[in-house]
Amino acid sequence: MTLEYLQNYWWLLVSVLGGILVFLLFVQGGQSMILSAGSETRRDLIVNSMGGKWELTFTTLVTFGGAAFASFPLFYSTSFGGAYWLWILILFSFIVQAVSYEYRRKKGNIYGTKTYDIFLFINGCVGCVLLGVAVSMFFFGGEFTVNRGNLLDGSAPVISQWASTHGFEAIFNWKNLVLGVAVLFLARTQACLYMMNNITDDPDFFKTLKAKALINGGIFLVFFLWFLALLLTATGYTVVSDGIHTIDVQETPFKYFHNYTDMWWAGITLLLGVVLVLFGWLKSCLSKHFTKGIWFTGIGTFLVVASLFWVAGYGDTAFYPSLLNPMDSLTIRNASSSEFTLKTMSYVSLLIPFVLAYIVYVWRAMDKKKLTPATLESTDHKY
Amino acid sequence: MSDLTTVVDWSRLQFAITAIYHWLFVPLTLGLSVMVAIMESIYLKTKSEKWLLATKFWMRLFGINFAIGVATGIILEFEFGTNWSNYSWFVGDIFGAPLAIEGILAFFMESTFVAVMFFGWNKVSPRFHLASTWLTSIGASISALWILVANAWMQYPVGMEFDPEQMRNVMDNFWALFSGIAVNKFFHAVLSGWALSGVFVIGVSCWFLWKKRNVEFAVRSIKVGAWFGLVGMVLTMYTGDGSAVEVTKHQPMKLAAMEGLYHGHQGQSLAAVAVLNPDKEWNNDEDEYLFDISLPYGLSILGRHDADAFIPGITDIINGVDMNAEGDTINTVSYADRIAMGKKAQQALRLYGEAREAGDSAAMASSLKNLKENYRFFGYGYFNSVNEAIPPVGLTFVMFRVMVVLGSYFLLFFIVVLLLVYKSTLLQKSVWLQWIAMVSVPFMWICSEAGWAVAEVGRQPWTVQDLLPTMASVSAVPASSVIVTFWLFALIFTVLLIAEVSIMCRQISKESKKALA
Repeated sequence: MTLEYLQNYWWLLVSVLGGILVFLLFVQGGQSMILSAGSETRRDLIVNSMGGKWELTFTTLVTFGGAAFASFPLFYSTSFGGAYWLWILILFSFIVQAVSYEYRRKKGNIYGTKTYDIFLFINGCVGCVLLGVAVSMFFFGGEFTVNRGNLLDGSAPVISQWASTHGFEAIFNWKNLVLGVAVLFLARTQACLYMMNNITDDPDFFKTLKAKALINGGIFLVFFLWFLALLLTATGYTVVSDGIHTIDVQETPFKYFHNYTDMWWAGITLLLGVVLVLFGWLKSCLSKHFTKGIWFTGIGTFLVVASLFWVAGYGDTAFYPSLLNPMDSLTIRNASSSEFTLKTMSYVSLLIPFVLAYIVYVWRAMDKKKLTPATLESTDHKY
Repeated sequence: MSDLTTVVDWSRLQFAITAIYHWLFVPLTLGLSVMVAIMESIYLKTKSEKWLLATKFWMRLFGINFAIGVATGIILEFEFGTNWSNYSWFVGDIFGAPLAIEGILAFFMESTFVAVMFFGWNKVSPRFHLASTWLTSIGASISALWILVANAWMQYPVGMEFDPEQMRNVMDNFWALFSGIAVNKFFHAVLSGWALSGVFVIGVSCWFLWKKRNVEFAVRSIKVGAWFGLVGMVLTMYTGDGSAVEVTKHQPMKLAAMEGLYHGHQGQSLAAVAVLNPDKEWNNDEDEYLFDISLPYGLSILGRHDADAFIPGITDIINGVDMNAEGDTINTVSYADRIAMGKKAQQALRLYGEAREAGDSAAMASSLKNLKENYRFFGYGYFNSVNEAIPPVGLTFVMFRVMVVLGSYFLLFFIVVLLLVYKSTLLQKSVWLQWIAMVSVPFMWICSEAGWAVAEVGRQPWTVQDLLPTMASVSAVPASSVIVTFWLFALIFTVLLIAEVSIMCRQISKESKKALA
């Protein structure tokens, strides 16, 4: 296994984790709807439907961070340390989420159920939008420079320097927000589809979810197509490197469009993903009682996100373009861990299929018995 | 105070407060999950309803604690990036791997099976449920393993070499990460969680006894908690002894700070009770203590398992003086020399870069040789005075004593509780004893946190021992931003802790009114 092969392999794994994460954001999508649930029973149904899966989303986010740290430490170092406020706000939204499920209905929770529901709502909205912003920066860049020589400057030894706004400029960049909003409405749509699958014995709620799926899916589609148009017409950076050091960086108009056409398999994956999302969404909204839409949109989402990562990182593309100095842009070559580390980690990654297998097994076992208003009342442990 | 110094201090504070809060919840998760799994195993074997009720009771408390542990844990991982970005680059090639493995192997196991644990009673078979409870517990311990391996590596960096091309360290031996320090640290931390959970279970059960509610359930829980806690405490002390030997070998400055020792001797005593002299500096002739009662040979036995062994003090270490096992004086590298070597290593790296730019391979080879010769003290090159390389002695000294005194108390506590609960009914009758057990609970947390304070304050100023000080590890973030986020974290963690404690108390009170036996 060559270093280049390992770098490609680990970017693939990061893209897989990214795809799974965006699919699992349906939990956040559900949370973003609890304040407008209509009744307390409905709110409890939403919370308990999402509550069985929130840990998986949370864990995938943490593992995504861990994998990025281990395989592309220069990205971890530059992005997290530079776009400080973007990541801190994401983290805050996830702190308040983690406790809210467990605490919201517990006696003695001091601040009242409403407070924890607001926490869940905040995580649902802010988490989705800001994660979308963070992913969008893979295409539209960040205001940073990287100078490894700084390490030897005792008075200012930090190698990655960022614009003084430290992430706020990324949050308020309209292009990033387009993807952020698209992610939010995708998550809300998928939450509706998941609940249509997971909750039974409440026909009125099913109808409500169907209507919400239609509206949210429509908004998602508008923003997703807008993002896709921006992406395919965007200028990216093509990087020439010696494997470690960047030798030259060329501005390439329509870079991502070319990547999709040059890497035909990425283009097909994107198309297949979009078709699956549209099929799952439309079939769920237009059929009388179709409950399996979440699996189509889920797989479709995974494929679309994975393909976005591929065109961001493969094809000699700068996956984290520097807007201040293109030569400092990050690529999967210059940002990666060493060959030894990537190889060692690759052996560990062989366990991922087993991890996925037991997750799927447990998911099926737990979702075999659907959630109903009646079972919610009688259950021993509920959120 | 320069902005860099302010950023470093606030970043340290932010990481410290996150770690302190996180460690309030993790040890209880580590211990209680095992105890719950044991209780559920007994239930499945005996089919006795009372064990099912006990399992569910402690599982509910586990759930309340688990959630907030998860919340604080995510921050710790990401703070390596947000606040210690230079560190993340300098050693990310080594340090990132355990974190990623932790995510893949442990977090998914925990998060998948914890859902079965709470929601699966009527959805999966009893055996599957029991397996899930055990897997949640095992997942928590595996998670602890990887993060503690990572932490131990920072204190004893091995299994890597410096890559001058990329100006970072790269891993060259993965298994070296499982050093003696790592193994001891893992068992010490996890088993201390068992002891803490034992105290928690006894304390809560004594509240039941005091209220005269579910007495049979309380006594049964006390027996499980006391045995579990005793095993945990004995093994914590055993691994603590191993940790002391490793610290003596690899972090002698930390040991000296733990003891407030400046001038070491053969057959070095250990200050059992002492008041440090605030005027004592490494280079003056003041006495170390204003008052002390010392155990003869104590520190030599603790650090080197040899009553006659020499233990160097802070001044000895700074001057580069030590003694071998035979009692012969040996010279280690003085701190002045280390600073000089660190600066040479940094200069060599600088020249290496210039030579590479110029395409001068001879100069590159010469610089590389210089770099390799001096690299082991690379981090000292950031210092201008030896004072910068001395950890906070007072805090380390006090925390060490708090940990040892409380740890010893709890060893006695478990033994006494076991005697009382098996040999008499005194614990059921004596309100005083019940109150002592209840009041002891927070002291176990203090003991546990004090242990971490010794480990982390005692290794200052290093993030990576001898190679990277905190001042060169931070992110280029304005101090004002870190101050704001520190207070935000402090506020939210405190708000959530208050809620957690309140919910826990209400839950215990509510459950105590139900029939649990």
